[in-house]
Amino acid sequence: MGKVVAVTGNEAVANALRQVNPDVCAAYPITPATDIMQRFTSFVSNGMVDTEMILVESEHSAMSACVGASAAGGRVITATSSQGLALMWEILFIASGSRMPIIMPVVNRALSAPLNIHGDHSDTMGARDSGWIQLYSENAQDAYDNTIQAFRIAEHLDIRLPVMVCLDGFIISHSIERIEYMEDEPVKKFVGEYKQVYPLLDVEHPVSYGPLILPDLYMEYKRAQHEVMTKASKVVLDVASDFEKISGRRYGLFESYRLDDADIALVILNSAAGTAKDVVDEFREKGIKAGLLKPRLFRPFPYGEVADALKSAKAVCVMDRADSFGGFGPLYMEIASAFMMNGNKPALINKIYGLGGRDFLPEHAETVLNELNDIVKGGKVKTHKEYIGVRE
Amino acid sequence: MKLKGWKDLPPGAVVTEAGSAAEFKTGSWRSFRPVWLAENCIQCLFCWMYCPDMSIKVKDGKRGEYDYDYCKGCGICALECPGKKGKKAIVMEEEGK
Repeated sequence: MGKVVAVTGNEAVANALRQVNPDVCAAYPITPATDIMQRFTSFVSNGMVDTEMILVESEHSAMSACVGASAAGGRVITATSSQGLALMWEILFIASGSRMPIIMPVVNRALSAPLNIHGDHSDTMGARDSGWIQLYSENAQDAYDNTIQAFRIAEHLDIRLPVMVCLDGFIISHSIERIEYMEDEPVKKFVGEYKQVYPLLDVEHPVSYGPLILPDLYMEYKRAQHEVMTKASKVVLDVASDFEKISGRRYGLFESYRLDDADIALVILNSAAGTAKDVVDEFREKGIKAGLLKPRLFRPFPYGEVADALKSAKAVCVMDRADSFGGFGPLYMEIASAFMMNGNKPALINKIYGLGGRDFLPEHAETVLNELNDIVKGGKVKTHKEYIGVRE
Repeated sequence: MKLKGWKDLPPGAVVTEAGSAAEFKTGSWRSFRPVWLAENCIQCLFCWMYCPDMSIKVKDGKRGEYDYDYCKGCGICALECPGKKGKKAIVMEEEGK
């Protein structure tokens, strides 16, 4: 068994990275992810890991160095937030397109302008289409467990894709929570030894990375990349099942909370789901059948499974902590697509909340659940998309 | 050559064969062709030195014909050619004429 500790989300993630002991880490500091790499570099300096630490001059360089190290044959990590992720954008596609299993915790933070350092999901939602697998974490325990599982998912021979582990800036990254650490040995055994299939440093078998692929083949490579993503859900579940055996903690593609007979449901990511679950319980006590779905795997998105889990709901609100200005929130678009696939058509509304670290309070969830309840009782949908917790 | 389907491609577009760039015949990009006039050539080998595509074949210290499989027709050789008595040993001619 492991041990129970009181740590911040960043500390938990840094400890998971220490336990894995990767070959190479290239990083550049940015609030609120700095703390992860600051702690990790201490592990390097103190000889607690064998990692080659590369301090670079920007996040664009950090991800570029990760791509080089991954091609060379190493198990590679970095971490970032917000503008840092935005600056990496170009190289994110090179990492996924070249099938490099790089692991990157992303501490979710708002994007400029206006400048803001607090938590929302604009950064990782902006990297949604970069070909990275994305895992979201409600709390420090999720972030720790997801980080460890990410290596097995990324490095699976059928997958070989980079993984982002997303956790909310400050709310999770800097708050101290009670979590359970595993011992080092079971973690090392769980992730196993990494073997790159085409390492550049294998001079007996020379290979080239990054060729120019013209219209005669480009689309075939993208089709193959799509195919790999369709296999990732199964691998995520297999890895979760192995992880449960050593940790006792169960993970799926998403969490279904009191959904089986729910009339009304919220769909919400990360830390705010914890707050919303409390309010769902209060509604249940009042005899209102409320439920909640918290996605864990956002890319690839498990459309069929999500639609099935929400099938009893007559009215659903998708809560987005990011906006696609002029469109619906990014999570809403996925849920709407999921319902189109199985022909299920509940009333569906979208609320934008918590941008730039604005607190998500129980009364916000309460207002939304009351609105859904009114819709179920025969009321009309007033607005399909609306901001909540915002001053007039 | 039959092009591969998406199921047959190496993951991540990794090229697993060394020296395979030789199979990519870039000569088809050419719209102007350099023509070597041996009678004006002083064998200075400037063309060989400047050619970015190693398309000028040298044997026993003397240049011979072009390797048109790889010559993109950039014209650098013709520009650098000093020629003999004001007459260039390399001239560019439009392809297909």
